[in-house]
Amino acid sequence: MRNIFNYVDRPSPIHRLTGATKLVCLLLWSFAAMSTYDTRLLVFLTLLSLVLFALSRIRFSDVSFLVSFMAAFMVLNNVLIFVFSPQHGVTLYGSSHPLLSLGGQYVITREQLFYHLNLVLKYFATIPIVLLFVCTTNPSEFAASLNRIGIRYTVAYSVALALRYIPDIQKNYHEISQAQQARGIEMSRKQNLVKRLKSAAAILIPLILSSMDRIEVVSNAMELRGFGKGKKRTWYMGRPFRPADILAMVFCALLLAAAIALNVLNGGRFWNPFR
Amino acid sequence: MKNSPVKTIVSIGIGAALFFVLGRFVAIPSPVPNTSICIQYGLLAFMAVLFGPLAGALIGLIGHFLIDLSWGYGIWWSWVICSGIFGLLMGFAGKKIRLEDGTFGGKEIAIFNIAQVIAHLICWVVVAPILDIVMYAEPANKVFLQGLVGGVSNIVTTAIIGTLLCIAYAASKPKKGSLKEEK
Repeated sequence: MRNIFNYVDRPSPIHRLTGATKLVCLLLWSFAAMSTYDTRLLVFLTLLSLVLFALSRIRFSDVSFLVSFMAAFMVLNNVLIFVFSPQHGVTLYGSSHPLLSLGGQYVITREQLFYHLNLVLKYFATIPIVLLFVCTTNPSEFAASLNRIGIRYTVAYSVALALRYIPDIQKNYHEISQAQQARGIEMSRKQNLVKRLKSAAAILIPLILSSMDRIEVVSNAMELRGFGKGKKRTWYMGRPFRPADILAMVFCALLLAAAIALNVLNGGRFWNPFR
Repeated sequence: MKNSPVKTIVSIGIGAALFFVLGRFVAIPSPVPNTSICIQYGLLAFMAVLFGPLAGALIGLIGHFLIDLSWGYGIWWSWVICSGIFGLLMGFAGKKIRLEDGTFGGKEIAIFNIAQVIAHLICWVVVAPILDIVMYAEPANKVFLQGLVGGVSNIVTTAIIGTLLCIAYAASKPKKGSLKEEK
């Protein structure tokens, strides 16, 4: 079965950080990049994330599929925003420097282009970090990390179960789908929409009813072993924090603090060079 | 019948795995280019009705989070949160439906569908666009239209797939009071 989360096992300083550290950093970093529209900070975050990417020894070929998918998503989102709201930048920045008129309200302004630049930078500032997290964190360590940052171990265990059963369910789905297709079920574009949904249900019903049985079996097994009795639990994949972990978390917390400070200094989320 | 806490945990785990597989690998092409129909919300509604609000909320949150993580385009928090809210709302509606006892007739179908329409509208037409505006400062008319299109397609798929799943599950359970003592 293909590794869906693209974990790349290759020793590097980033791999040596614990999963919990990387999760905390991912959250802090993505909140920082999400909250600010300050171009200077976004450029800094983008450059820094590229440096980290190089440091992690992840090759571009490891993630080229994800990158091309995400580029398509980004272009589509930007086009949609321009089609629906070509004057959004003007309202945000409070001034208008028209460059080119396409007729009607479709006037390309410097403000709009600057807004799109910020939007694209936001993607560039976050995506490498998400990829980095996905490629350098062993999925088995992920649940242990959730527990470490204060989420109840029962909930963390649900995540571990989800990760454990995704390949099984995927295989199950594939088998049922082929069996049903052999009986003449059609899910492609040739069929009309309602029929397509109905044939999807013909695959889903056996899949979900068999998963209900699986829930029964797994929960009985866990209950028999006394799961949920203790207040705490240890994790096979859990690792203790080292100085590098603390350093990384403090650094990311500072980034978030910088983002918040800039929001206050700029009097809003946008850094306005047109004023 | 009350579910044990362990069963709820397992149902969250396996529910999230199902949500992930359906959302990530089972794309039914739709007439609109570049969009496919999400059938995972039918599953989410069904699981939430069966296992309650907490399970529903966590299946939505974890499942959607893992889908976003596996695509690698960053985590679209506003929509992840909305999947959780949808599961939560359907879990509350599920308290009126005794699926575990094998009853899912006309009245339950009506409750299920009215609840899912309201829950979808709250999530995708109200909460998701507002979060998009607050978190990502995107233009209002674009996000509301996106939400409306997503919401309506989710309502249709939930109506068909969710209802069919509930009927199939109820049919597989023995009806309450179906056994009689012989005199």
